[in-house]
Amino acid sequence: MRSKRNLIIGAFLCTVFLAAACVSFLWTPYDVTQLNIANKFKPPGYPHMLGTDHFGRDIFSMLMVGARTSIAVALVAVSIGILFGVPLGLFAAANRNTLIDEIIMRGNDLVFAFPALLIAIMITAVFGPGALNAIIAIGIFNIPVFARLSRAAALSLWERDFILSARVSGKSGFRISVEHILPNLLNLLLVQGTIQFSLGVLAEAGLSFVGLGAQPPIPSWGRMLAESQTFFSFASHVVIFPGLAIVLTVLGLNLLGDGLRDYFDPRLRQNMPQKKNQSSVV
Amino acid sequence: MFRRFSAVLFGLTISAMAISGGAQAAQTDITIGMQLEPPNLDPTAGAAAAIDEVVYANVFEGLTRFGSDGSVKPALAESWEISDDGLTYTFKLQSGITFHDGSEFNAEDVKFSLDRSRAENSTNAQKQLFDSIDTIEVTDPETVVITLSAPNGALLFNLAWGDAIVMSPDTFDMAKTAPVGTGPFKFSRWVQGDRIELEKNPDYWGTAAKLDKVTFKFISEPTAAFAALMAGDVDAFPVYPAPENLAQFEADPRFSVVVGSTEGETILSTNNKQAPFDNKQVRQAVAHAINRQEIIDGAMFGYGTPIGTHFAPHHPAYKDFTADSAYDVEKAKALLKEAGFENGFKTTLKLPPPSYARRGGEIIAAQLRQIGIEAEISNLEWAQWLEQVFRGKDFGLTIVSHTEPMDIGIYAKPDYYFQYDNKDFQQLISDLALETDEERRTAMLQQAQEVIAGDYVNGYLFQLAKTGVANAKIEGLWENSPTQANDMTEVFWND
Repeated sequence: MRSKRNLIIGAFLCTVFLAAACVSFLWTPYDVTQLNIANKFKPPGYPHMLGTDHFGRDIFSMLMVGARTSIAVALVAVSIGILFGVPLGLFAAANRNTLIDEIIMRGNDLVFAFPALLIAIMITAVFGPGALNAIIAIGIFNIPVFARLSRAAALSLWERDFILSARVSGKSGFRISVEHILPNLLNLLLVQGTIQFSLGVLAEAGLSFVGLGAQPPIPSWGRMLAESQTFFSFASHVVIFPGLAIVLTVLGLNLLGDGLRDYFDPRLRQNMPQKKNQSSVV
Repeated sequence: MFRRFSAVLFGLTISAMAISGGAQAAQTDITIGMQLEPPNLDPTAGAAAAIDEVVYANVFEGLTRFGSDGSVKPALAESWEISDDGLTYTFKLQSGITFHDGSEFNAEDVKFSLDRSRAENSTNAQKQLFDSIDTIEVTDPETVVITLSAPNGALLFNLAWGDAIVMSPDTFDMAKTAPVGTGPFKFSRWVQGDRIELEKNPDYWGTAAKLDKVTFKFISEPTAAFAALMAGDVDAFPVYPAPENLAQFEADPRFSVVVGSTEGETILSTNNKQAPFDNKQVRQAVAHAINRQEIIDGAMFGYGTPIGTHFAPHHPAYKDFTADSAYDVEKAKALLKEAGFENGFKTTLKLPPPSYARRGGEIIAAQLRQIGIEAEISNLEWAQWLEQVFRGKDFGLTIVSHTEPMDIGIYAKPDYYFQYDNKDFQQLISDLALETDEERRTAMLQQAQEVIAGDYVNGYLFQLAKTGVANAKIEGLWENSPTQANDMTEVFWND
């Protein structure tokens, strides 16, 4: 029951977030590249729903376009993680306990050993700030997450009888991985993808906050927050709304991820008290 | 019983507080907030303004010095005589001066310091200050004779710079971390990344400082600076980094806000060698596309004076050329069309960290967009900015404030980062250096202003204001900033 509520709230928040981003391509209440200094720090109300910032731009419009930036960065970054991480993990699992497995997984450990944001800062420091480099940076720290997840899950699948029969029928490791292992991982990847997506949004906001994300005039939630810190004492709405947008989006994605996990986990779905059987993979 | 005891204790505490409050009446220590920490403390070995902001007039002194109004005053030199041909300067030094380490100060130290600064292998950031000096001679321990290769009307002004201070040959190599000077304050300790402490020099030769201890605390974040002032952790922020908060400090009786002038010409520096900015019409179009008042209001919250050339408006020789580059979008578009860029073009706008640059950059990018110029913003840290823009000259546009006094001479250096190369202007500046007549100097300075304004070398935006916030009880802080300095000599608490 509780998990269903999570799923619904999470899905609702994510839909709002996604809708704002999609609508912003076609329409925003005001143009976010147009500055109107005389109109600065208007409080929330009419005609600016959430007020205006220090350049007189409409905050609601900026949040809509900022959602687009967040989604774009997080989506591509998670895709990079899945595209590189999952094949690596499956390959390592297919060649388990060999030197190649060892090399792949220790390489992943190496990337994983650095705090995620540190890698991102390192990459953007070398290649310069910008949305593209932020995407690459966040994408790279997603690779080991998916590689580990898919290897661990694949390893337990390799021991199952239906894989044994596939092997007996002469299928190669590659075909077994693609035809039998991968389909059984999809639920897991969807759940982890949602969680990583929320971390991606957070990382994008963090990078923009320190000035390494999307560059102006492209609005970004993290930069909106960073630029408005000094206005907090006299125009708090400029700070509160971007902060709220980040919190609600990340909360929504996490609830959605939790909800999806509970929904897909058959042991949890059928019989709640059987918790001790829960897989340790996730 | 217990309750009565605590009541007594409470009473005692109150009276103790009253006593200590009375004793604190004459506070003799002060904490000054600064946004940037100096890389070292040797003003003759670095261009960073933060070095002078700590040591100038406090720890180190030169032959002459700047007063709070920008005038040149005697310092280590008590008086001087100038020969009729303007080539020989005889400086009579103050007697009885000792360095902070107890050693005696004499004319040899002056010769040593100036020779070191103008030497071939010197790392002095403003070496051109000493260009006209031919020889420096010591005639007796209290007299120094400086002979010039050509007359230089600005010599006394040049010697007042922080880059021309006097150090002892015994201790000059310690200046970067533990400076030893002759000033009213002694260096006491540097906690890297946090603060520098100075203490009063009891043996100072001139009027002794009124404070016993000065702490310079480094707070880079504007929000942290705001909190530190509000909490009383910092007593004064002579250059407060966030103009948007000044209204709040003004409304608070605990603080006084002083808005003065600085020598900082804030300009949209343009790479004069990079196409299409090598075309004067394009630069002129950019100049007309800029709405200065909008930048001052939007980036500086109204603090700043519009300028039309590279010269400080409070200087007597200043001429107002803002009308020549007035905000006129139609004219800007017409000029671009004439130059062959009817559909605009793309360029880069590289911005260093200060808010005048970051916010001003966003505003300028929006203004340039109106005439079809797409300026791609990249926000850089200072180190990257120095590397890419200042040394690498890899930029189209950038915004920076030139805070040195009387620095119009940088336009005569063709390899300076904005790469303006005009032979007539270079001739004018070298003639100016030889001119000693005040009236003719003024006329030449005005001509120089007109040339660079007419060539639209850079976009001239505004003169940076000095926005200082201090505890209302502090007196004696400089209102204006004629040079990069926090002179603490005359500062005191008025309780």
